[in-house]
Amino acid sequence: MIQADLSVILPEIILALYAMAALLGAVYTGKDKLASAITWSTSGLMVVLALWIGTSGSGSTTAFGGMFVDDGFARFAKVTILLAAAAVLVMGQEYMLRRGMLRFEYPILVALSAVGMMVMVSAGDLMSLYMGLELQSLALYVVASMRRDSVKSTEAGLKYFVLGALSSGLLLYGASLVYGFAGTTKFAGIIDVAQHGEVSVGLLFGLVLLISGLGFKVSAVPFHMWTPDVYEGAPTPVTAFFASAPKVAAMGLFARVMHDAFGHAISDWSQVVALLSVLSMFLGAVAAIGQRNIKRLMAYSSIAHMGYALMGLAAGTQLGIEAMLVYMAIYVSMNIGTFAFILMLQKDGQPVTDIQALNQYARREPGKALAVLVLLFSLAGVPPMLGFFGKFYVLRAAYEADLAWLAIAGVVASVIGAFYYLRIVYYMYFGEEAEELDRTGSPVLWVFLMGSAAVMVLGIINMFGVDGAAAAAAAALVH
Amino acid sequence: MIGIEHYLTVAATLFVIGIFGLFLNRKNVIILLMSIELMLLAVNINLVAFSSFLGDLVGQVFTLFVLTVAAAEAAIGLAILVCFFRNRGTIAVEDINMMKG
Repeated sequence: MIQADLSVILPEIILALYAMAALLGAVYTGKDKLASAITWSTSGLMVVLALWIGTSGSGSTTAFGGMFVDDGFARFAKVTILLAAAAVLVMGQEYMLRRGMLRFEYPILVALSAVGMMVMVSAGDLMSLYMGLELQSLALYVVASMRRDSVKSTEAGLKYFVLGALSSGLLLYGASLVYGFAGTTKFAGIIDVAQHGEVSVGLLFGLVLLISGLGFKVSAVPFHMWTPDVYEGAPTPVTAFFASAPKVAAMGLFARVMHDAFGHAISDWSQVVALLSVLSMFLGAVAAIGQRNIKRLMAYSSIAHMGYALMGLAAGTQLGIEAMLVYMAIYVSMNIGTFAFILMLQKDGQPVTDIQALNQYARREPGKALAVLVLLFSLAGVPPMLGFFGKFYVLRAAYEADLAWLAIAGVVASVIGAFYYLRIVYYMYFGEEAEELDRTGSPVLWVFLMGSAAVMVLGIINMFGVDGAAAAAAAALVH
Repeated sequence: MIGIEHYLTVAATLFVIGIFGLFLNRKNVIILLMSIELMLLAVNINLVAFSSFLGDLVGQVFTLFVLTVAAAEAAIGLAILVCFFRNRGTIAVEDINMMKG
């Protein structure tokens, strides 16, 4: 019995054991001298696990009495999470090495938070939900303050910790109410109690508190205040990580709880999620206009993008979940390319984050500027790029779920949001003279930037089959 | 006769005090950590009360998990706080203001 259970969570166990072994090994031997090797091996292991999870496994199995669910939805999210984390680790390695902040704990903490994320998207019980979420969050708090000698980095870590702990508290209080009024912590039991039209007030309170806690984790408005400060203060490779894998995991967990535990009471939560979605889209679009720091700008951009992903969830249909998964996959691949570019920006060896520094960039580096143009158009949702199709999917899902007002709001917000992406393009191509940035650029970052831009263009042919996989994943979640 | 509603009221009160402690406190980050701990303990009271009321042990198992995680969380919070203090020389809440916007 226990062997069958353990075989279901084997990928998580392997990654966790690897992280502990690497920690012990590095402490007893080379310490920070091994940091590069551990970074490469961690991301290698993540890619192997992603391939394994993606190709093996079919159908839906549960382990530990329903606490852990392995289905198509979980596998889709896990593959995205692992690939994103692996890419970000490799991308940031050189940047951190050059500034002497590549400690061997960094890849290990990223691996541990990836384990937490994998548990999150597979949660089948309020307890495994909480344990996965905390494993992820605790590792992320430490990673945010990775640069111990910098005021900004430690301040980012402190802010993230305090607000993250508050959100965990809200989520936990909601979980305790759900447990009390449903009589069980298992999602499979809660869904039987939470039938449409007969959700008790206590359960409703629990649901709303759960949604607020999860809203913090996906940085949806009005629970977004930590995002810009943490993105700005954390070292750039860490910011790139925050903007990719944890967002996928949090959205996956959100969809998992809403459909697995409250799937028979969709009308009770879809309005709340729709409200979070519309607020996030508009605040993300408007507040980014005044930003000069590209990391803060990306923070508001990610808030807006989470709004679109939540729109798919608010639809409450299988098509909506499919749209959300497609959107998240596209969002992550765009963000990896954009952050590869941000990691390249430096002047006299110092990182540059001011968007004014991009003036006339296209004249000096036409190839890279073209790739960035493609990525920014895609982030804005300009038609020929893949980002447009992500938006199209969620808008269609919202429209078909009788949320036409939400779809219209989404279109308006994306027009407003396009302004600040296009402004960067304007600076790059038509900006005034500015001092030149360093021409150095690592081949790894170049590959990620160009690869991501190529995906945004070539993906429009068949999306590399992601939409088919997302449809299968959504069918596994929504019954 | 003390029933479940009394326990729930105490827990809700403690939880709200914790939230207010987080938002109204302008002095010291340590007080923030105490407020967070108060919130988690309110949840524990809730869980144990429900567990006893329902005659179901799962709630108490959940409580043990929450206690363990709360300890780990406090440890990490204090560690980050020490790093912050070394850089900034203060732990007043109003001095956590390097970044704004």
